[in-house]
Amino acid sequence: MVPTGPPARLRVDPANLGPALSESTPAKTSDRLADGLAFERPLLELQQKIQELRKLAQTTHLDLQGEVQVLEERLRHQTQEVYAGLTPWERVNVARHADRPLTTDYVEKMLDDFVELHGDRLYGDDRAILTGLAAMRGVRFLLVGHRKGKTVKERLASNFGCAHPEGYRKAMQKMRLAEKLRIPIVTLINTPGAYPGIGAEERGQAGAIARNILDMFTLRVPVLAIVIGEGGSGGALGIGVGDRVGMLENAYSSVISPEGCAAILWKSGEKTPEAAEALNLTSKDLLRLGLVDAVIPEPLGGAHRDPATTVDNVRRQILAWLDELAPLPLDQLLEQRFWKFRRMGMPIEVEA
Amino acid sequence: MAWTRFGKKKDMPGGLWIKCENCGQMLFRKEFEQRFRVCSACGYHFTLPGRERVALTADPGTFEELYKNLVAEDRLGFVDRVPYAEKLKETGKKTGESDAMIVGTCTIKGLPVVLGVMNFSFMGGSMGMVVGEKVARAIELATARKLPVVLFCCSGGARMHEGPISLMQMAKTCGALARLNEAGGVSISVMTHPTTGGVTASFASVCDVLIAEPHALIGFAGPRVIATTIKKELPKGFQRAEFLLEKGQIDKIVPRASLRDEVARLVAYATGQDPVKAFKEPWETGVPVEVAAPAESEPAPAPKKKVRAKTAE
Ligand SMILES: [Zn+2]
Repeated sequence: MVPTGPPARLRVDPANLGPALSESTPAKTSDRLADGLAFERPLLELQQKIQELRKLAQTTHLDLQGEVQVLEERLRHQTQEVYAGLTPWERVNVARHADRPLTTDYVEKMLDDFVELHGDRLYGDDRAILTGLAAMRGVRFLLVGHRKGKTVKERLASNFGCAHPEGYRKAMQKMRLAEKLRIPIVTLINTPGAYPGIGAEERGQAGAIARNILDMFTLRVPVLAIVIGEGGSGGALGIGVGDRVGMLENAYSSVISPEGCAAILWKSGEKTPEAAEALNLTSKDLLRLGLVDAVIPEPLGGAHRDPATTVDNVRRQILAWLDELAPLPLDQLLEQRFWKFRRMGMPIEVEA
Repeated sequence: MAWTRFGKKKDMPGGLWIKCENCGQMLFRKEFEQRFRVCSACGYHFTLPGRERVALTADPGTFEELYKNLVAEDRLGFVDRVPYAEKLKETGKKTGESDAMIVGTCTIKGLPVVLGVMNFSFMGGSMGMVVGEKVARAIELATARKLPVVLFCCSGGARMHEGPISLMQMAKTCGALARLNEAGGVSISVMTHPTTGGVTASFASVCDVLIAEPHALIGFAGPRVIATTIKKELPKGFQRAEFLLEKGQIDKIVPRASLRDEVARLVAYATGQDPVKAFKEPWETGVPVEVAAPAESEPAPAPKKKVRAKTAE
């Protein structure tokens, strides 16, 4: 892990707050792109051109259908090409995209019912972690997810998705409830990392995360964990020990933020893209290394272009996994959960 | 926080004198090492090399090292300024160790335990696949043999060079502890300067008893990261052992000179032995301290000496 130092997003830099800074609702992706999203520019320009053409057709009653089709085909093609060739650092920026669906979008679009439950019964109610009872297509489960917030106010209230110890303790308190209710647990991971602050340390940030990791091995219900955006080190793992672990295609999972890694190992923030590459943090990397069970596909051009399809894909994966795990005897489930992580990163043995 | 933060060597190896990084006092190296690297002027506890920790803790001649043949493999092809594979080789040569964790069985004042000691001089005690695996095996051995496991922690955090593999070692070690708990086993964690990042946020913080050495830096995030984030100066003593004790995060602070006694006493409680006897046994009964020496040469026999270090208070 490495409490990474929350990535640049946390240091409140207006550029990083995205389009939502000036309004209470997020604007559509605009020309205010973070540096790492420069590859989006030609796509957005093409999109704009198509829109203009459509508008022109409407106002002038010209038949521009053919021209629009040609451009749309070109956009599709170009999007495919750009997204297939993204560097790891560019993918990190897609994972942080202001329009990317957040936990609250999944609650809204994926679930048929949701009862939010607050508080850790010890200290407070951390807004950076959302917990509640969920129903979806006839299945009930406990949903636990990092909350980043959409408006400036929400983002500040939830510390940009960086949880405090009370967030992790709240998550565990609700997970024990799920165990009692005998309903499975689904976690949605989207955090730059656990919050690095005075209060967090005073209240035992490290211990809270460690306790969750340990206790999640003992939960006698199926547990699924899905990284929907940022999987920032220990802050992610604190709700990330699952029988099945999935990652959205453009999500990332890392032991340290690329910015932090570049600062420490390269002593230069300019080396962030190199650090992102070296860290092997993309969904493809984690799948190759055997650290996640599945990569959930995103629609063409990333989750932010088509939240509805993204949410559908995640729903399908959750239902499939819950089906798969339901018949397993609990002892066997826990045994498998342990061995799944026990086997990760086996060193080699050399002759003495 | 990453290990490199602590990587700056303040003492020159082989020098006759060493300057206390806390009070600035010049200390005679030989005496300093005999006092287990505690400053005679201010009681400051310097980071103790892994082998010296083993020598200080285990009964003489009882430590049997295990899992020595486990070595890390560069699965990512990680290159920052030097390739990780090369760094491993170099560090191995320089330290005579295969990685940042030493595990074995021994007795402490006659009481058998599984002992794990992190070695800070190997890449800042950073946790990668070898550290994770050795910690897990130590815990599993303790579970199987029904012995207490004593883990001395000293680490800058997860090893970045192993990317997400190092992250998962947090889960691996905690999973092993979960099974130890289920089997009724007992674990003791001793957090020494510094214990931060992925080690603190995994096995180090969830053992049954948490001990810290005086003034040890213990935390999740590094102080510099926190200061940058909150844009404020950190309170005095922040993230030090005394701070954690006050905030209710650890059980006890024990000065290095009495650690052996105190651990033995806890082990006695954990295994149905007589804690009074364990504690009363005199400290002086032979704790030879190996003077830090290059791996190849014979460790110099240290003279027995009564040690009574002053503590920071
Ligand atoms: Zn001193």
